[in-house]
Amino acid sequence: MKINSRSELINLRNSLKNKIELRETGKSKEETVEILIGMATCGIASGARDTYNELLSVISEKKLSHVKVVSVGCLGYCYMEPTVQVCIPGKEPLIYGKISKDKALELIEKVVIEGGYLSENLLVKSFDKAGVTYE
Amino acid sequence: MNNKITLLVCDGASCKTGHNVNLISSLQKAISDKNLNSSVSVIKTGCFGVCLQGPIIKVLPDDLLYVSVKLTDIDEILEEHIIKGNVVTRLLYKDPMTLQPVKQQKETKFYQKQFRIALRNCGLINPEDISEYIAVRGYEALATVLAENTPSEVVDLMKKSKLRGRGGGGFPTGLKWEFTAKQPGTEKYVICNADEGDPGAFMDRSVLEGDPHSILEAMAIAGYAIGASQGLIYVRAEYPLAIHRLNIAMEQAREVGFLGKNIFSSGFDFDIDIRLGAGAFVCGEETALIHSMEGQIGEPTKKPPFPSVSGFRHKPTSVNNVETFANVPAIILNGADWFASIGTENSKGTKVFALAGKINNIGLVEVPMGTTLREIVYDIGGGMINNKEFKAVQSGGPSGGVIPKEHLDTPIDYESLKQIGSMMGSGGLIVLDEDDDMVQLAKFYLDFTQDESCGKCTPCRIGTKRMFEILERLTKFEGSPDDLDILEDLAINIKNSSLCGLGQSAPNPVLSTMDFFKEEYEAYAYRRKKHTYSIIADKCIGCTKCARVCPVACISGKVKVPHVIDESLCISCGACFTACPVNAIEKP
Repeated sequence: MKINSRSELINLRNSLKNKIELRETGKSKEETVEILIGMATCGIASGARDTYNELLSVISEKKLSHVKVVSVGCLGYCYMEPTVQVCIPGKEPLIYGKISKDKALELIEKVVIEGGYLSENLLVKSFDKAGVTYE
Repeated sequence: MNNKITLLVCDGASCKTGHNVNLISSLQKAISDKNLNSSVSVIKTGCFGVCLQGPIIKVLPDDLLYVSVKLTDIDEILEEHIIKGNVVTRLLYKDPMTLQPVKQQKETKFYQKQFRIALRNCGLINPEDISEYIAVRGYEALATVLAENTPSEVVDLMKKSKLRGRGGGGFPTGLKWEFTAKQPGTEKYVICNADEGDPGAFMDRSVLEGDPHSILEAMAIAGYAIGASQGLIYVRAEYPLAIHRLNIAMEQAREVGFLGKNIFSSGFDFDIDIRLGAGAFVCGEETALIHSMEGQIGEPTKKPPFPSVSGFRHKPTSVNNVETFANVPAIILNGADWFASIGTENSKGTKVFALAGKINNIGLVEVPMGTTLREIVYDIGGGMINNKEFKAVQSGGPSGGVIPKEHLDTPIDYESLKQIGSMMGSGGLIVLDEDDDMVQLAKFYLDFTQDESCGKCTPCRIGTKRMFEILERLTKFEGSPDDLDILEDLAINIKNSSLCGLGQSAPNPVLSTMDFFKEEYEAYAYRRKKHTYSIIADKCIGCTKCARVCPVACISGKVKVPHVIDESLCISCGACFTACPVNAIEKP
């Protein structure tokens, strides 16, 4: 499908903005929970792919059809790879570090299902950015 | 669970060693004493990045920050905030400019030292899904310029933003585009230099892997501005994932018509191709890069003519770095004035750094120009590992130099780094501590450049080799004081007479370490062997840890029997000192 004008592009973008709002602020009209996982070369080298696969299998085992795993680029926390960001509607998105394969189950159970935290792994988002503003 | 208040307490190395050793346990005790366990929980977190104001407590879901919290403040926070629901204004984070208490963390601009422009989408979107890039205003900058601006207006906008090349040279991007645009002819090229080669640098790779569409979009904008319809990305084959994601991104962009013919029905055609490099350092130099892309030997040629006059296939070509391109869509969407409002007088915007070495929080960081090294090392980096003493930062890789302690408060920008003998480079920052040997460091970089020298010009081919040999001689304690003069002479001559940037900057690591740490060179030249580490036999428990970490295997001994260091082989690296669990190793 070709996009032929700026207004077509903006219409398409507006239809997608819910997704980004969930990741930026936690606001969402939907139930979908997103787990973003840093999958740049360095993340993968630290085991992010194993964590990614494990998260998928835990999610399908527990039949959590509202939880999506999204592979994203580098989050910047090299000392805490693999890193994930958990985006739950209505809550501030939080970043967790050192989520190795064997932490995947605990992350899903404690954070996604029980709504708690993994205190040993919690990272504080330490940057501001040229974000997305919707007119 | 939803009504429950959560207190996040910083457990970063700096705060912990600073003041809050007991804060977390005292807080937990006070909470259970007051029977508040069901309504509040305490969680340890990583560094917040405002270590000077620690210890810090962040309250969720209110999203506010209490700073410099003392043990005696715990009661007040619990009584007022948790039980009565009143904010303890006294402890709130204060804006350093206005000194007004800041309630919402979102408002605390200065609290976050980092500001991300080039990395704005890294870690936020799926790089293999164009719809996610569109959701963060992707391709809107391209659509806007095609609909509303003439090419020369785009050039003017870039000039006004004062964006400078992020590959290290710092040449104004707008000017480069203008020169290329002004050349006659219709066949012109846009090249993205993704030949990132500094040891320890991975900024460009992270952008390509995390946000490839932003590079494609920016290249199309550059193409429109200079009148090119073909873009080329020169990326090293050593970055397979970046290449994979770029290919996916290009395919997706072609499908929706963001690349190809008649983009956004504007009549503008633009497409992009990838050229793989074999990973030669010299090919990061733009003329060598162009020759390599043409299928020639990857060697530089004399400038002028500059690529903007005669570049790829002898046509006008604008060569820009990945990070430079990553800034372009953000500048167009937010305006040149917005970009020019960030940074210092002559260096605008932000810079991405790959922060590595002996600090607690290594990572990829993006800070506004003008941020001091101290802020990067201590606030963002979380301070030195094991609280060792800071010695210097190596910036700019093999082309840069070291920045010692006395220059820690230098605001980072192109000019100030050059002034103290280093350079911005592409953005590698390696933090060194008291154990690091500056002569060995310089030798490492010279080994790299003499190996990577293409061999075309004599000063670089032979000169760097000779410099490396002298450094080898010195570090083996086989040199003489005369060597220091020869080394300096060679360095200056190579710098002044080499053909391209590689040779012209190759002596920098030596010159800069000689400038700040001359005594270390003299110690080698006068063969004053450094005192070595030794083991205190009474304390040694024979755990073998030191022997296992020793890089030159000069520690021997049987299990559970005190070990011995062979002092003739010891290189005083300090690895054993760090590894010893019982403090049985004596420093020199």
